Amino acid sequence: MDFLRPASWEEALAAKAEHPTAVPIAGGTDVMVEINFDHRRPEYLLNLNRVGDLYEWEVGEDSVRLGASVPYTKIMENLRAELPGLALASHTVASPQIRNRGGVGGNLGTASPAGDAHPALLAAGAEVEAESVRGTRRIPIDAFYTGVKRNALAPDELIRAVHIKKADGPQQYSKVGTRNAMVIAVCAFGLALHPETRSVRTGIGSAAPTPVRAQAAEEFLNAALEEGGFWDNGKIITPSVAKQFAELCSAACNPIDDVRGTASYRRHAVGVMARRTLTWTWESYRGARNASEGAA
Amino acid sequence: MRVNFTVNGRPQEADDVWEGESLLYVLRERMGLPGSKNACEQGECGSCTVRLDGVPVCSCLVAAGQVQGREVVTVEGLAEYAKDRAEGGCASGACGTGGTTLDEAQRWQAKGADSQTGEGVELAPIQQAFIDAGAVQCGFCTPGLLVAADEMLERNPNPTDADIREALSGNLCRCTGYEKIMDAVRLAAARQSEGV
Repeated sequence: MDFLRPASWEEALAAKAEHPTAVPIAGGTDVMVEINFDHRRPEYLLNLNRVGDLYEWEVGEDSVRLGASVPYTKIMENLRAELPGLALASHTVASPQIRNRGGVGGNLGTASPAGDAHPALLAAGAEVEAESVRGTRRIPIDAFYTGVKRNALAPDELIRAVHIKKADGPQQYSKVGTRNAMVIAVCAFGLALHPETRSVRTGIGSAAPTPVRAQAAEEFLNAALEEGGFWDNGKIITPSVAKQFAELCSAACNPIDDVRGTASYRRHAVGVMARRTLTWTWESYRGARNASEGAA
Repeated sequence: MRVNFTVNGRPQEADDVWEGESLLYVLRERMGLPGSKNACEQGECGSCTVRLDGVPVCSCLVAAGQVQGREVVTVEGLAEYAKDRAEGGCASGACGTGGTTLDEAQRWQAKGADSQTGEGVELAPIQQAFIDAGAVQCGFCTPGLLVAADEMLERNPNPTDADIREALSGNLCRCTGYEKIMDAVRLAAARQSEGV
């Protein structure tokens, strides 16, 4: 094994071009487990800890450019207003020790269907900034996950940052597990209201071969909200609408039975989380709306 | 490969380190510092918790090569670290005469401090609180808990029970002595705020 220690992003890209099989390591919370258990013996480890850019974030007009290695702890502490869904998701990651090391770049690189960040990224809307010596490209999050632990990265590419849309409305994140810490999601659900575009986006984790959106459910809800004038009148969402939204979210799952839960439990739980997160976010939207109207 | 880094405030060098080796292995097997415990090797249990540039991490999940040029504090250096901090000095010890030598760290033992007489080895307040509250049973999880709890008290001097539980949520005690551990952290926090 060789340990590559690039001191800059350019050096990291050059190293990855020269050794496409090199395994990038930043927080190490996935990679080191595999090495400790002898499940993986990469020829090259590409240490990204010295690339300072990866630990920085910038809040722009419409989106946040989040460096790939920004630890979850920093997201929770600094980006709760801009990225509420991701901040909530970050808080469910493992333990303080793990959140101090791990970041979204690793979640994307591993591309496990159970990665905690994915549903939040799908719901908020995001693009992955991938780069190689050949150039930079932005991969829409919907096209990023290509299979179980597979992603759209080319062998010579590294993840530099994620561009995540700043919240324009309430967001929620929910995760099922046996306790509040150190849990791999049995299943997870992210939901974001986008009042500016009058749309809703979702993200489902651990209930299909890849993280997915419940697109049929989103389309149904968008139409129902529009038809009923809900965005304007701020009424409580009709229980039948919430119920059908939940059912469509369950239907978007394609889960398996495993040690953490059965497929039918996952489908059921995703439906429950969908209904709850819709209620929570909508109540918060109504509250903000009524408050601003009251002031006016 | 060779790795140079600071351990408990003193520069150290590890040679012939395997590229896939963890920081935990280097500390235990190469530095002779077995205070950080090796249990799950997958970041689940927190018994290998150390501070890396001040931040609590599982040393089993840090590749040895990643600590090149960085500062690590282990449980063996915790008493000195806490003392430096209390004196308003450079807590990492890297900037002065502070810190703990490898030899001192290897010989360090958590005994002799009589809670009645206060005699013996000087302990970090959190260590003394663990002894006084009866928070040590088999002792295997204790080093990780001490490092994690000490860091929380540094950040948050007046923690609520929820704060304590959250800060220690990455540390498992299979004796399940959590109530006494909570007592110990509350005791350390109370003593800290009273300036005892």
